[in-house]
Amino acid sequence: MHEHEHRLHAIAAHRWRIAFILSAIMLAAYYGFILLVAFDKELLATLLSNGLSLGILLGALVIVFAWVLTIFYTLWANNVYDSEIAELSHLAR
Amino acid sequence: MGSGTNYISIIFFFVFVSLTLGVTYWAAKKTKTTEHFYAAGRSITGFQNGLALAGDYMSAASFLGIAGLVALNGFDGLIYSTGWLVGWPIILFLIAEPLRNLGKYTFTDVVAYRLQQKPVRLASAIGTMAVVLTYLIAQMVGSGTLIKLLFGLDYTLSVIIVGCVMMTYVLFGGMIATTWVQIIKACLLLGGATFMALLVLSKFGFNPTNLFAQAAAVSTDPNAPNTCNGMFCYGAKVLAPGTKVVTGAWDAVSLGMALMFGTAGLPHILMRFYTVPNAKAARVSVMWATIWIGGFYLITFILGFGAMVLVGQKGILDVGGGGNMAAPLLAKVIAGDMFFGFICAVAFATILAVVAGLTLAGAGALSHDLWVNVIRGGHAPQHEQMVAARVSSVILGVCAVLLGIVFEGQNVAYMVGLTFSIAASANFPALVMSVFWRKFTTWGAVCSILFGTFATLILIYCGPTIQFDLLFPKVGTDITQAMVDAYRAVPGMESITLGSKITAELTSAYQAYIKSQWWFFPLKNPCLFTMTGAFLVGIIVSLLAPERSAFEGFSEVERRAVLGEPRGAAAE
Repeated sequence: MHEHEHRLHAIAAHRWRIAFILSAIMLAAYYGFILLVAFDKELLATLLSNGLSLGILLGALVIVFAWVLTIFYTLWANNVYDSEIAELSHLAR
Repeated sequence: MGSGTNYISIIFFFVFVSLTLGVTYWAAKKTKTTEHFYAAGRSITGFQNGLALAGDYMSAASFLGIAGLVALNGFDGLIYSTGWLVGWPIILFLIAEPLRNLGKYTFTDVVAYRLQQKPVRLASAIGTMAVVLTYLIAQMVGSGTLIKLLFGLDYTLSVIIVGCVMMTYVLFGGMIATTWVQIIKACLLLGGATFMALLVLSKFGFNPTNLFAQAAAVSTDPNAPNTCNGMFCYGAKVLAPGTKVVTGAWDAVSLGMALMFGTAGLPHILMRFYTVPNAKAARVSVMWATIWIGGFYLITFILGFGAMVLVGQKGILDVGGGGNMAAPLLAKVIAGDMFFGFICAVAFATILAVVAGLTLAGAGALSHDLWVNVIRGGHAPQHEQMVAARVSSVILGVCAVLLGIVFEGQNVAYMVGLTFSIAASANFPALVMSVFWRKFTTWGAVCSILFGTFATLILIYCGPTIQFDLLFPKVGTDITQAMVDAYRAVPGMESITLGSKITAELTSAYQAYIKSQWWFFPLKNPCLFTMTGAFLVGIIVSLLAPERSAFEGFSEVERRAVLGEPRGAAAE
């Protein structure tokens, strides 16, 4: 039983580590964008090509980045994390 | 258009209402217990809940509001779009799974899990109601104004119609009907917006940058919109950050915090995670919601620029509604009256789905948290719980209609910011600390929630949003009796008389006077202080008075946050 609790803690701690790291990455990406909007408007006004400014590209990339992180996490949790938890519950019975 | 009654959209709307009332009839037969009423019997799949979350979240403010903001200001709309999306990954990583595993009907279940039920639930109900009521005001006033513009119906009548239809969904069909209304609405909104965006892009070779380039084509006269090749162009400024949304750096940081963490503290969104069978489905539903909502915001950005170029800013402003009509007008220009009617009906459906979700969340706080767990000490028979839930829904519905009528004609745009700010300051910190921090205590939670709620309300009142934009009139209006009193408080302006015009000098003198007051708070959005403050208050109070039972109960929280409800322990 003690062993079981220990495993559970380890798995939960691993998930929280990943969750916190991903949250921090999302936070950094979004705040990077917002701080550029607040402090360096000229830089964001730079035209990369006719009709596409750096600001629009970065804004769209923040959205795409949010997609990538959520899909990555969901796939990881569905495949790795859930099977570890299932294995643990199986052992417990 | 504008004054006449818009029959095509009324027919579309009638079809939508009939369909959803049919769904409600079906749902009513399945709604037997509180488990059905609040949580749709936990029978919604992850994919379905993803769509419903999107339908619950994408309000008229994000559809019509952002399209209008982009059409009138270009780039700046993107600040809201990104802010409203990045809260979703945070919900996924930190909130969704423990919330589903630890709670039953409301997010308060999680906060109160190992704490003393009564004080925590009471405080949390206050936080929830503050969020629900401010958001309801924003939605109801917005709906009355929009319906007047879209359908040509009377304001009060529109508010009453929205209130009655929404109450029918919630009262009879509970969460099952609300979920399907939200799913249908999400499909209509995503489908309609995508179709419109494709039509816009077809005029620009299916390349968005051609559209942006057209809008940014160099204009010789900065004031009057020029037409280049028969389309409107506005100069390169539309592709760069302006000053409309973000004025100062600290304002930007604070607004960003409110948008991001506020999403993770909205009670009607959090409640949806109880409708799925397990934590895995909750996780999958956030992934889908993020995909739909992000895609929707990208599409809305295209629509905003489409309206700017194809309708023109003057055309959008001329019909009134401060830019909100950009998307419907674009529909009219690009696909005719029929499609215009369809988009108007979709906008109406959007409001209905959001207010239904809000009402249900408010009813959860009033009946499940306050009545059942505080007043009845957690022991109320099932039929009494159902009566309490339905009575609460009626109370919420009546409140929504009354607030909508009371706030008619008021500028309620700031209410959305206020809602997100309270949600981020009152609900989010308490939720996070209850799940992650062993030493969190009952009084830490109570003080943190109350501080978050009231500090936000007070600082918004003392800030530029209320003091300048709301209490203070626009340049050019006549001075009324109330303003005479306000002006005479300003040194050097004692001689102001009734009826004179407000000038730019008067405005700046008044603003300088307010800014010099000790109580003036300089940020439009106080979230930076109130959310950090709510965390600090929770931590300090918890450390000052440790609570043994809460400390010991944390192991159970940790275990259950991972494993969920113990097998065989069926919900009562």
